[in-house]
Amino acid sequence: MNVVLTKTETQRPASDVFAGVRDRLPGRGKAAEAREQAFAAFERAGLPHRRLEDWKYTDLRALMRDVLPLAAAPDKNALERAEAALASLPAVDAVRVVLVDGAFAPTLSNLGGMETGVRVQTLREALEDGNHADLLSNGSEPGAMIALNAAMATDGLVITVADRVAIAKPLHIAHVATRGSTASFTRSFLTIGKAAQATLLESFVAAEGTKSYQVNDVISVSVGDDAEVQHVRLMDDGADATNITTAVFSVGAKARLTTFNMTSGGILSRYQGHLTFSGEGAEVNANGVNLLNGRQHADTTLFLDHAVPHCMSREVFRSVVDDRAQSVFQGRIIVRPHAQKTDAKMMTRALLLSDEAEADNKPELEIFADDVTCGHGATTGALDESLLFYLRARGLPEKEAEALLIQAFVGEAIEAIASDGLRELTVTIARAWLERRG
Amino acid sequence: MAAVQETVDRVRQIDVDQYRYGFETLIESEKAPKGLSEDTVRFISTKKNEPAWMLEWRLEAYRRWLTMAEPTWARVNYPKIDYQDIYYYAAPKPKKALTSVDEIDPEILKTYEKLGIPLREVVILEGVEPPPGGEPSASRKIAVDAVFDSVSVATTFKEELRKAGVIFMPISEAIREHPEIVKKYLGSVVPTSDNFFATLNAAVFSDGSFVYVPPGVRCPMELSTYFRINERNTGQFERTLIIADKGSYVSYLEGCTAPQRDENQLHAAVVELVALDDAEIKYSTVQNWYPGNSEGLGGIYNFVTKRGDCRGVNSKISWTQVETGSAITWKYPSCILRGDNSRGEFYSIAISNGHQQVDSGTKMLHLGKNTTSRIISKGIAAGVSQNTYRGLVTAHRKATGARNYTACDSLLIGDKCGAHTVPYVEAKNSSALFEHEATTSKISEDVLFYCTQRGLSQEEAVGLVVNGFVKDVLQQLPMEFAVEAQKLISISLEGSVG
Repeated sequence: MNVVLTKTETQRPASDVFAGVRDRLPGRGKAAEAREQAFAAFERAGLPHRRLEDWKYTDLRALMRDVLPLAAAPDKNALERAEAALASLPAVDAVRVVLVDGAFAPTLSNLGGMETGVRVQTLREALEDGNHADLLSNGSEPGAMIALNAAMATDGLVITVADRVAIAKPLHIAHVATRGSTASFTRSFLTIGKAAQATLLESFVAAEGTKSYQVNDVISVSVGDDAEVQHVRLMDDGADATNITTAVFSVGAKARLTTFNMTSGGILSRYQGHLTFSGEGAEVNANGVNLLNGRQHADTTLFLDHAVPHCMSREVFRSVVDDRAQSVFQGRIIVRPHAQKTDAKMMTRALLLSDEAEADNKPELEIFADDVTCGHGATTGALDESLLFYLRARGLPEKEAEALLIQAFVGEAIEAIASDGLRELTVTIARAWLERRG
Repeated sequence: MAAVQETVDRVRQIDVDQYRYGFETLIESEKAPKGLSEDTVRFISTKKNEPAWMLEWRLEAYRRWLTMAEPTWARVNYPKIDYQDIYYYAAPKPKKALTSVDEIDPEILKTYEKLGIPLREVVILEGVEPPPGGEPSASRKIAVDAVFDSVSVATTFKEELRKAGVIFMPISEAIREHPEIVKKYLGSVVPTSDNFFATLNAAVFSDGSFVYVPPGVRCPMELSTYFRINERNTGQFERTLIIADKGSYVSYLEGCTAPQRDENQLHAAVVELVALDDAEIKYSTVQNWYPGNSEGLGGIYNFVTKRGDCRGVNSKISWTQVETGSAITWKYPSCILRGDNSRGEFYSIAISNGHQQVDSGTKMLHLGKNTTSRIISKGIAAGVSQNTYRGLVTAHRKATGARNYTACDSLLIGDKCGAHTVPYVEAKNSSALFEHEATTSKISEDVLFYCTQRGLSQEEAVGLVVNGFVKDVLQQLPMEFAVEAQKLISISLEGSVG
């Protein structure tokens, strides 16, 4: 892209944001150097804009405009408000670790409940040890928002599950925002050993009354050979929040990964998943749901990289768009040369509930090997009138009939979640959204 | 079976290096000096005896072009083009009126022969007076407007078309003879500021075809044009403008061949279609320009802007293309569905072999109410080629009841090529119903086994499967073209089998 990157007036404060907090950020020496480099990379690129193909539909220069100042570490009051926010969530049987405004909150977490074979360290600890500057490296995934995260990350979790360990309870990383008009940057790592089994739940919520905050999260999941991992991410941030999350997955040989993301909160969000097959014979389900209304803008972008032969991937994405909201789905399946016998399918469907709603779908196939079966489908439309009529003829009120059809529509993506508890949790949140719709 | 056998024979016979249309006609031509400047634009305009408003239009485009940057978003790679190293105008030397076939330059005659144009048509194309009492036979009912290196040599069947009221002439003549129509529509679908290559075309286009079909007229024959790039290092910049007035119908065929060259040649054409109320335009293309040799040297850069505007209610525009040639193809025949109930169609076969690169597709812009569109795209990649489908379907706020169906299938032959699909589906209206599906696969081993088991050779079997794969699109072509297209497909897939 030969795009001239001009900085807008509104972007300048970002450098002040970094300069002002540099000394507060964990890690010295190499880690500090890595931050400087990452911030320089962000400064060079600036916020992503629509002339970058991958950000075509989500122009952060227009929508996000600037980076807010870094949130302060949570005080007693913040922790209390965070606790209240967590209490209002539907109960789920999990081992919980909580990040409040980008800082690990030990009092709200139950690390003691962690099973044997699981090691948990905070990013802050890992960086202050001095030997983990690589945790701030940008890896192979380019992008200004990831670089910004590397520069600013205050905390996160570094979790390792040993080989052949099967964790019974899901691990729950809960992000809670309590301070308005600030930004938080978290970065977490999950390494699942060979033939291990784990379930990860991530949730994003806000304490009551928290306005206009920004979340920038990076999560990197490494799935070992023969391992089985389930990942569920529920983004239900505050109504005027911005959430930019990057998830990087590496899937080993014969591993099974199910990853699911549901975006129902925030005014502006982008969930970008970069998934790479690193060993043969692996299977991935990458599903997602966008539930949007008001003036929400939610972008789900998934890159599936079939770098090795004999892997299978399935993607099912559903978006429900009401009012003046805009839903974006970009899916790219890349089949590298020699990745023969790849079996990849992607299906994205959008349901428009209002004449002012917008759904943009860009399902891409990029194929460099010949012995493959790849396909994608995309549909956009309104609720089926004849189905509505059928339900109403049987006595259901209009809204209820609509809700039933919408639930069935998103259910196709949700049903891939194998854990009963997490699937029910997801359905509960989706139902709550439908009820709020009235 | 006969057709399949023929296909396979051709595949056997022809090698990438033995490009069938790779010959050079040695006739003197009048060239503009190399390079692009305001003077070049003025030179072309003067050569064409254009009125002042046309020169002004060109110069405005040229000045705008200077401010534009070459687009880089397409999935194609090529060395930077030096726009000052190209001849922007080359015309065959003007010659006196001919009275018999013998007077036609034998070199030109040979060109037609190699292209397979029958002598009778050559006579008409070359403007030879018909023998007393004999009308030019219209048995094939195709009017050919041959564009020979930028200048339309002659227009056939003019008389018959004139009776129907259809205007079919080189656009340079139309600018002089029908300025009011040209002024009204030229640049109204593809504005001079549209994109880098379209703007360049607006500044330096040398000729092209112009069609106007008056209200209520069904054009009595298929209109056809032949483009052929001949002179070394000349860019071909034609501009085609077709207007179907209310309730009319026209079918237009475009065929392209170019002689073999080592240096890459630039082709930046613009095609504008306007369909008014209840009108229908069917535009078919068979493009088999020189794709470069087996090393990826030479070949045409085909950077074309084609766009149709369904301006009136119930209008319809249908694009059919068979793309087998060119080193690089970069084109997106589009439909602007402005009129209520209008319909756009796009049928495409894009075949890439050797080192060819194709980035092609369509745009369906739904603006009016109850507009429908259909996209059928078949991409076949072989050799070390890259074949990309890139398409946009969009429904605007007021486009209630918009419908689209898209199917794009890719077939990969060999493990060194790439097939890519990049659809953009944008709905801003809840009543819009869009369906898109795409598949990529290779020829099934089972099918090949079934065929070979019944005595077909591997090559015959592949030929059979490929012909079946592209059948949906071939059916959309007029008869004569369908046969030629089928031959082309087999030629362009040579060497990819086995």
